[in-house]
Amino acid sequence: MLLIDCPYCEQERAEIEFTCSGEAHMQKPQNADDAQWEKFLFLRANTKGVHYERWYHVHGCGRYFNAARDTISDKFLLTYKAGLPKPELPNE
Amino acid sequence: MNEFRTNIGGRIARDKPLQFSFNGQSYIGYEGDTLASALLANGVHFVARSYKYHRPRGIMSSGNEEASALVNVTRGKGRDDANTRATNLHLYEGLNAQSQHCWPSLDWDIGEVTRLAGPVFAAGFYYKTFMWPKSFWEKIYEPIIRKSAGLGSAPTLPDPDTYTARYAHCDILVVGAGPAGIVAALNASKDGVRVILCDEKDEFGGDLLSTPKVIIGGLDAWDWLEKSIAVLKSRPNVTLLPRTTGFGYYEQNMLGLAERLTDHLADLPVGMPRERLHKVRAKKVILATGAIERPLVFPGNDRPGIMLASAARTYLNRYGVKVGQRVLAVTSHDAAYQSAFDLAEAGCEVPAIIDVRAHIDQALLDLAKALNIEVLSAHTIVKTSGHKRVKSVHVASIEGKANTRVIPCDALLMSGGFTPSVHLFSQSRGKLKWDEKIGAAVPDVYVQNCISVGAANGEFSLHDVLNHTAPDQNVLEIDVQNDCPLGSGQNISQLPLAQKAKKHGGAFVDFQHDVVAKDIGLAVREGFHSIEHIKRYTTTGMATDQGKTSNINGVNIAADALNRPVADMGLTTFRPPYTPTTFGTLAGHSRGKFFDITRKSPTDDWASDYGAVFEPVGLWRRASYFPRANETKHQAIARECKATRASIGISDASTLGKIEVVGPDAAEFLNRFYTNPMLKLPVGRCRYVLALKEDGFIYDDGVIARLSETRFHVTTTTGGAARVFANMQDYLQTEWPELKVWLTSISEQWAVIALNGPNVRNLIAPFVKDIDLDKDNFPHMSIREGTIFDIPTRLFRVSFTGELGYEVNIPAANALEVWKRLMEAGEQYDITPYGVEALHYMRAEKGYIIVGKDSDGTQTPEDMGMEWAIGKKKPDFIGKRSLTRPDMLLPDRPQFVGLMAHDPQVVLEEGAQIVGEQKGQTFPKMIGHITSSYMSAPLGHSIAFGMVAGGLGRIGDDVFIPMPDMTHRVKIVDPVFYDPEGKRLND
Ligand SMILES: [Zn+2]
Repeated sequence: MLLIDCPYCEQERAEIEFTCSGEAHMQKPQNADDAQWEKFLFLRANTKGVHYERWYHVHGCGRYFNAARDTISDKFLLTYKAGLPKPELPNE
Repeated sequence: MNEFRTNIGGRIARDKPLQFSFNGQSYIGYEGDTLASALLANGVHFVARSYKYHRPRGIMSSGNEEASALVNVTRGKGRDDANTRATNLHLYEGLNAQSQHCWPSLDWDIGEVTRLAGPVFAAGFYYKTFMWPKSFWEKIYEPIIRKSAGLGSAPTLPDPDTYTARYAHCDILVVGAGPAGIVAALNASKDGVRVILCDEKDEFGGDLLSTPKVIIGGLDAWDWLEKSIAVLKSRPNVTLLPRTTGFGYYEQNMLGLAERLTDHLADLPVGMPRERLHKVRAKKVILATGAIERPLVFPGNDRPGIMLASAARTYLNRYGVKVGQRVLAVTSHDAAYQSAFDLAEAGCEVPAIIDVRAHIDQALLDLAKALNIEVLSAHTIVKTSGHKRVKSVHVASIEGKANTRVIPCDALLMSGGFTPSVHLFSQSRGKLKWDEKIGAAVPDVYVQNCISVGAANGEFSLHDVLNHTAPDQNVLEIDVQNDCPLGSGQNISQLPLAQKAKKHGGAFVDFQHDVVAKDIGLAVREGFHSIEHIKRYTTTGMATDQGKTSNINGVNIAADALNRPVADMGLTTFRPPYTPTTFGTLAGHSRGKFFDITRKSPTDDWASDYGAVFEPVGLWRRASYFPRANETKHQAIARECKATRASIGISDASTLGKIEVVGPDAAEFLNRFYTNPMLKLPVGRCRYVLALKEDGFIYDDGVIARLSETRFHVTTTTGGAARVFANMQDYLQTEWPELKVWLTSISEQWAVIALNGPNVRNLIAPFVKDIDLDKDNFPHMSIREGTIFDIPTRLFRVSFTGELGYEVNIPAANALEVWKRLMEAGEQYDITPYGVEALHYMRAEKGYIIVGKDSDGTQTPEDMGMEWAIGKKKPDFIGKRSLTRPDMLLPDRPQFVGLMAHDPQVVLEEGAQIVGEQKGQTFPKMIGHITSSYMSAPLGHSIAFGMVAGGLGRIGDDVFIPMPDMTHRVKIVDPVFYDPEGKRLND
């Protein structure tokens, strides 16, 4: 089970309090043509390595936030509040 | 006294004899024995029949790697443990174990005699025998395989034991309490940090328990051990967990430990759990999991009496058991010598050591000579004899010049060197590297905060293990004497000449799955080159031991066959659990009624008393129907439907999801979230709404009631409550953070009593205050606030049945009281409680869909004939863009329609396929399927819904439902079967 640092609670909490909500920083395109819209709906990076993703602290503060997680090690490199830009990663 | 027991020595309590039973025969062992050591002390080697070929098998190891000696342990009703490793089973008074997978007896087994299995089981038999003709598989292969192949039988009774679980946190978790683990725990714990040390065995000490002659820091090994454990025990920051297996290494240094609390006890303490799961989160993990000796692969290497060299030494030194009177050893490694010497010194006859190597360390040769043991260097075994116990081995020089020599024996030790136990390291996602020197993979790159020490790290010198385990701890040098270094060896796949000698029977690689060397050769010839493919094709390493003794030999043989360096082959993936773990341990208390949460509505007790039959709806338990005496389910449902339509039905709808949406931008928020136009909904009115995902598909529906300009009461489906709320939060927080809206889940705060039927207004009128119930002032799809029985209510005028309907929302704490008073007052109207079933029937009669039943997450509003729910003038709403994707506009999309069978008494099967005109085709094209189907009592005929390609344009057409008994002709109709004009609804 993962430990996840909620940037709103400022606490590391157990994974059972959270649900993952998929890839982060997906921009909903405006006036999209069919191809752009299809890409937005169905195509995801499926990264091996550092993955930016959204988490929902459903059994905690109820806030959505973003995380950078290494999909190989499952290590959370950092978590940050929703709406913030993709941050620089530590030591990379 | 046991025939094969030494007179002195070992760690057994000779003053505590224990009686036990194996295959119905009574034996004596001692406290401190395992079942395996006690059987060996009684001269019993032959304990099992093999998985596929029913070959006699003995005890091949002394630990968890055991692949042959699997037994069934019986401890009374419900306590039958199959596939228990005799080598890990602590002996207790009265232990009762049996061989498994043999009939009629271990000794005389029909499976072996008839050799039914032989030709069926070559490599890849699973795949080859799945081929056509189908009849061959069903009639010939499967019955034979089912009868022939297998291990123990699954228990048939419920497990009477309890299991428990706990979370634990520590600074350092040490897995394995051999010398490396103990010294690591000693070093780690001296500054007060929290340390947990666990070991799967009853006793700490690991290999030191088998090497009593070693001197550590001036102390005998066992005294050093006792002293070290006493130090650990004296430290309050140290937790010691014997009989505890670290079976899984998960992300972020969480490990699963399975502690066995009662399996070693003769009398089971009442109320004590059998096992405890520790979920440990450690800052740092030290893996001191040791190493496993490798068997050698040669013809007939599986006979009872043939075992790992280190196991024989353990039986001798730890348990005081000689594994034979006349013992041979075959080896490619120095390690076997120490075992042979110990046995010779204990009085066994050891005529020879057969070593495939031409050059052997002179010191070993000198010691052998002193003990009168002949060392046959550059020799190999081409054959063994002895059916139920090895009787002799046939030895040849590798050059093949001299004649084969037959040496009689009653036990044969084998050693191909040691393989570090890197299972947990690999589970931690660490990367291995191949170490040529020891011929095995060792930890290389760590991904989590963890280190491997001792033999698990490929370090086999006790001196180095004790002194280098924690170099940062600056400990004093520990002196070691009389160490039995494992020395060096040659990494070989199978013994030389073994291939030429294949007519002499199988050279087994995987003893538990009965995979022989030639199976791997066959797999390679048939084109399997990746080790992961070879594993699956031959099933090497796929038995319950996960290939602890077989993987490494399998890789070597495959590398040979492919003519590739073994270092390039890679290893198959290690997955939890390290050793078989009971379901009980994993489930813990989550079983029976504690398996999952049961959410109950406020009238649950009342319904139960009233005789309701319940059904689960998500986590909720809802009344399904309320049968009266002698009523069948369908009779009860029919009565409930008729009574509701005739007068009044009452139902608890509290499970509906409810969300209060408040704030100056609440209307705008809902306008964007749902398909329907929401901005102009008047205060006091309700609207049926659809929620889409971005992909344009319906995922929930509900009713929105406007309580004020800035306050809405939103209902969702019962099952959709949590996800709708989460989705609302998601959009509010991340897409539209500028909107001033507050969301509150009120599902459990407001209970809902649904009242339906022509007499409902008459029933409630006397008790409702502050609400004008006049049908024009309070029309269908409206909400009013007031009181009922002086209890505050949000009274909805809505209907899911097609009758005049009200949903009485009251605080949950008052719901039962209101319910009872309505039942009392409704007596004069023959008020009838109805359950979810009748609700489903009545809504279907009226043509109302159930999201998730009639739709399945791939329907747009248009597909469901609900285009009217879309606010076409809205600039945007979730899913809007997707509704004009090309695929959404195709004319032959499946569309929601009503169906009526030509025979009105036929209730079509839900899920059945719908086909068009058949015209004698064998496989007519499927054009849809049935989603709901009922016998409508009020209408007097059956009704159904379905999704049909282009169905909305085919109203009036006939289509067909092929069923096993016959093909039914049905007509596509409008889905509203009852009161299409809505007169009753609006009355
Ligand atoms: Zn939080």
